[in-house]
Amino acid sequence: MALESIFKPGRLAFIPYLMAGDPDLETTRAILATLARHGADAIELGIPYGDPLADGPAIAAAGARALANGITLQKVLALVSEMRASLPPLILFTYYNLVYQFGLQQFARAAAGAGAAGVIVPDVSLEEIEPLRLALGAHTIDVPLLVAPSTPPDRAARIAGQSGGFVYVVSRLGVTGAGTAPDTKLLRAQIAALRAATKKPLAVGFGMSTRAQVDAVRGVADGVIVGSALIDAYTGARGEDAARRVSAFVDALAVSD
Amino acid sequence: MQPDALGYFGEFGGRFVPEVLVAALSELEREIESAFADPAFWREYESVLAEFVGRPSPVYEAQRYAAAESEATFVVKREDLNHTGAHKINNTVGQALLARRMGKKRLIAETGAGQHGVATATVGAKFGIPVDIYMGAVDVERQALNVYIMQLLGATVHPVSGGTKTLKDATSEAFREWAARVHDTFYVIGSVVGAHPYPYMVREFQKIIGVEARQQCLERYGRLPSDVVACVGGGSNAAGIFAGFLNDPHVRLWGVESAGEGIQTARTAASLNAGTVGVLHGSRSYVLQTAEGQVKETHSISAGLDYPGVGPEHAFLKESGRATYVSVTDDEALHAFYEFAKTEGIIPALESAHALAYARTLAAKRGREDLILVNLSGRGDKDIAQIRGLARPVP
Repeated sequence: MALESIFKPGRLAFIPYLMAGDPDLETTRAILATLARHGADAIELGIPYGDPLADGPAIAAAGARALANGITLQKVLALVSEMRASLPPLILFTYYNLVYQFGLQQFARAAAGAGAAGVIVPDVSLEEIEPLRLALGAHTIDVPLLVAPSTPPDRAARIAGQSGGFVYVVSRLGVTGAGTAPDTKLLRAQIAALRAATKKPLAVGFGMSTRAQVDAVRGVADGVIVGSALIDAYTGARGEDAARRVSAFVDALAVSD
Repeated sequence: MQPDALGYFGEFGGRFVPEVLVAALSELEREIESAFADPAFWREYESVLAEFVGRPSPVYEAQRYAAAESEATFVVKREDLNHTGAHKINNTVGQALLARRMGKKRLIAETGAGQHGVATATVGAKFGIPVDIYMGAVDVERQALNVYIMQLLGATVHPVSGGTKTLKDATSEAFREWAARVHDTFYVIGSVVGAHPYPYMVREFQKIIGVEARQQCLERYGRLPSDVVACVGGGSNAAGIFAGFLNDPHVRLWGVESAGEGIQTARTAASLNAGTVGVLHGSRSYVLQTAEGQVKETHSISAGLDYPGVGPEHAFLKESGRATYVSVTDDEALHAFYEFAKTEGIIPALESAHALAYARTLAAKRGREDLILVNLSGRGDKDIAQIRGLARPVP
């Protein structure tokens, strides 16, 4: 599958997240191009939803700005379609109600048509994932699933079994956002347990914001997802100015070093 | 009825939450199963309701309110007489007992008008469990008195400044806070909404309204009501009173939503009448939303009904035809509020005034043998400042 191939032995894959249309689509285009040039192995693109239960203040506020700018799922798909050829694999990140209203089959067709490689819907639990996984799987789109620190081991193994492309390892309790550092010891134990259950790549996210935190998972996980801290880096700027701030942030994070 | 193993009432309900919360919901589900099978749990619940809340609440004939237009007998279930002034406390007592049984160290709750926040702060004080309340920043301004009451009761009130700064956003924030401290925190949801097992659990704690009312009707009138009427926001008081009569097929069940300024307008809160099926706050039900699936801003004169979703069991009762859901406008509810105060000497909550308004039009169509039971879910003291501020003369 396309997403699995971004992970290479002995190397930490870099998966940045940004909110599409925050604060406008021009800025998103500029940041996407910058991320592609600065070593992103895949990019998570948030589709804004007004009631994002899994997101902390930075991403929730980014979503609110994008919504205020009239960004819809359709517009994000058009952006993906337009930029797909010049970018690493794109993973759409959104909430279930938007997909549900669009229609699962229609959404799968549209996402495939636009060229998305993966779709993450954090409020669909293992018990509810089957219809979405089948609809997207029919178009060879991966559906990575999340494992949390509170997930019991047997459930984590079942989630890993159903996860597509990679397993998204939530590094700490709570919602997305920089601020609270992940507990490295716990994370290592969590990853070791997952390794025993699956051969799929493991990417760590939620709260990854500094070079030290990235270095702490190097050699432990296969990839790192950085969202809120990246959004914090460009918030307040637009266009090329925002892209310059993102490139400075990404260089300082030095994931690919 | 019981939801199925995945928490569905028919096609409504389920568990649509981030993975970080799933373990806590499963833990709660297991605890409910053991507590609900334990007679000692229910004995303590009933004893707290008797001594602390003041149950059973009476049923009362409100014939002067109904009389002009009706031959039917018109009775109200006096949930307004409960400690803290509404049905909300039945649920918070139950959840606090569960939280204590599970060894949780903190209660959190969302609140809109502040009634559920006050009911949660009250049981936190009684059982000695610290309470954090999440409340939209706009509501903190609008409901300053309830904020102060929660503080008097020892709770900490956190204003939420995201989104529309109202109940929907307070609920989202409470979910996030729960996710961050899921190991030691019990999330006390105030209505029959949220992910499984909340809609079922809250219904079970409100069922006492219907169980009592059914028995009271039989004892006093020797018959069951012809009609049971309750207002529906999230729908906990309606779910509670309906639960007593679901197995009595001849008892007609009426849920009354807030039409706001009209169900055809954007300024409404009638999710079952004007919404479509969607997923909000952890379950599939009717939602007031755009075609794209963004949740709409709602409007109701009554803060307790001003919510874009509704409990999944109500969606099921609507689809199955067992209950009928109607709506009442702000003006009609306000009229009932004034009328009920003047004719009965009881100031109803604006929420309950919606049920009273519809019940009176129903009463006009019913005959001598009919018995209409209305859930007077709360008292109106909390609404007086708002209504006085409308600057209309008292009719």
